[in-house]
Amino acid sequence: MRISGFERAANYVILVIFAFIVLAPIGVILSLAFGPQNAVAEREGGSFHPENFADAWVIGRFGQYLLTSVAVAAIVVVLSVTVSILAGYALGTMRFRGQGIVFLLFLLGIMVPAEAFVIPLFFDLRQLGLTNTIWGVALPQVAMSIAFGTYWMRTYFRSSSVALIEAARLDGAGSLRILWQILVPVGRPAILTLVLLVFMWTWNEFLIPLVMSPNATIRTAPLGLAFFQGQYTQGTALLAAGAVLVAAPVVVLYIFLQRHFIKGMLEGAVRE
Amino acid sequence: MADREGLTSDRRRNRLAGPAWLPWVYLAPALLLYGGFLLFPLARAAQYSLYEWDGLTPSSTFVGFRNYLAVIGDPRLREAFGHAGVLIFFYAVLPLAIGLILATILARGKVRGRGFFRVVIFLPQVIAMVVIAVTWRQLYAPDGPINATLRAVGLGALARPWLGDYFWTLPAVGFIGTWVSTGLVTVLLMAGIARIPKDLYEAARLDGASAVQEFFAITLPSLRGEITVALTLTIVAALKTFDLVYVTTRGGPGTSTTVPSYEVYRNAFELGRVGIATAIGIVLTVIIFAINAVVNRIGDRE
Repeated sequence: MRISGFERAANYVILVIFAFIVLAPIGVILSLAFGPQNAVAEREGGSFHPENFADAWVIGRFGQYLLTSVAVAAIVVVLSVTVSILAGYALGTMRFRGQGIVFLLFLLGIMVPAEAFVIPLFFDLRQLGLTNTIWGVALPQVAMSIAFGTYWMRTYFRSSSVALIEAARLDGAGSLRILWQILVPVGRPAILTLVLLVFMWTWNEFLIPLVMSPNATIRTAPLGLAFFQGQYTQGTALLAAGAVLVAAPVVVLYIFLQRHFIKGMLEGAVRE
Repeated sequence: MADREGLTSDRRRNRLAGPAWLPWVYLAPALLLYGGFLLFPLARAAQYSLYEWDGLTPSSTFVGFRNYLAVIGDPRLREAFGHAGVLIFFYAVLPLAIGLILATILARGKVRGRGFFRVVIFLPQVIAMVVIAVTWRQLYAPDGPINATLRAVGLGALARPWLGDYFWTLPAVGFIGTWVSTGLVTVLLMAGIARIPKDLYEAARLDGASAVQEFFAITLPSLRGEITVALTLTIVAALKTFDLVYVTTRGGPGTSTTVPSYEVYRNAFELGRVGIATAIGIVLTVIIFAINAVVNRIGDRE
């Protein structure tokens, strides 16, 4: 389409302004993270201080928080993706009585806010001795991810080739073999998108680890950051370095695999 | 041909099913985990909401719907839902307006660097809300970059403690939501515009339509579905705001930025009013489902 030179110039100005608005806060936090921790450090060491990250890692205990986050994310991703593949396979390729209701149940879970069920869940899990354990933090997030994951995998299996399944079946392959040897390998892109989304949601989750570990035995990275802010009002440089460390894993994945993130988050918006 | 294809594929699906219990074997682990850690506690929430309980002592009192009456009657809680309404403006309405402008600009003419812009503007969506909240607290600080900029350009009169002001704190928190949502909305709309047939625009140009006429006659009506999705996602995000308020203001100053999610947490764990906390959670869920239904109903009407 052809547009006037003036319009073109105006468009670029608007886009540059908006890109700046998005990037400026990120630039501020990065510059704080690399900045001096106090006036003494500024006089002696200049204005560039990458050692803040080492300090945040050790003194700010962000190393420990990040490891906790890795453990929680690993459990949630492995468990919920595996289970979602199995459930999505049943809903996407098989026909059975009660199918519609089961699917609606999973859809329900995509919309229900964690605020609605986290309170009774906390008290019930406390009875079972699961609060302040990694399972108490991970399993509610597994449940939330299964709702979306099942929906997502069902969509993939419905679009998968019926001819391929039929050919394998005629070769005498059972339903489990068809799943693992044919559909899962072919569906790697869909599964990778799901893995990335679940990882991101789990990594960034705040409410569930906050509620499920009241004495902070299991403190994930976002929680560590929130409490670090509450405790050390002076340590802006370490706080900023901690913030960068918490955001970095997902942002790095996003930079390399942005198509998967954007596609997943747009197509994941439930529209039946 | 298409019909026959459809029929046979249906029959094949049937045959693949094998014994009637087979699908349930595949569904069992998901149903167990999902049922146990989401559906069951959701049902328990409905039950809890009818009792008065402090979360500590073993005894609780059945109070019927009194907790729900308290949610409606308590001015602080009513205020929390009102704030959620304000946040909807900042999370959903404002980003939709900005997103429509940006997506239209990107679609008109060949704007170079479109892919780069898409990646940049979507970026806030993948950053943990706590990180975003910590960052904006620095920006809004009394001697932070925003006030420093205002003073530098001679607008020092506008500088204020953004997160300590009874009037400005809620819009300031809301604007963070705008910053986060706009990318999602814009990228969604960009995808929608890319699907509009180019000859519609060509025809409009031949008829001498201006850019603005073109927008209202072609772009806006064609984006109905995308707008529906964008509004659903962002309105739900606004209603579920928790981390942002917890980290930036804790509902303050006074009660000026408290929101329903924060009240759920505060009532359950700080005030020992578990029944009221679960009632707020249930009301919030009902509102989310209702808004979803309304937005989708309006969006589907042709």
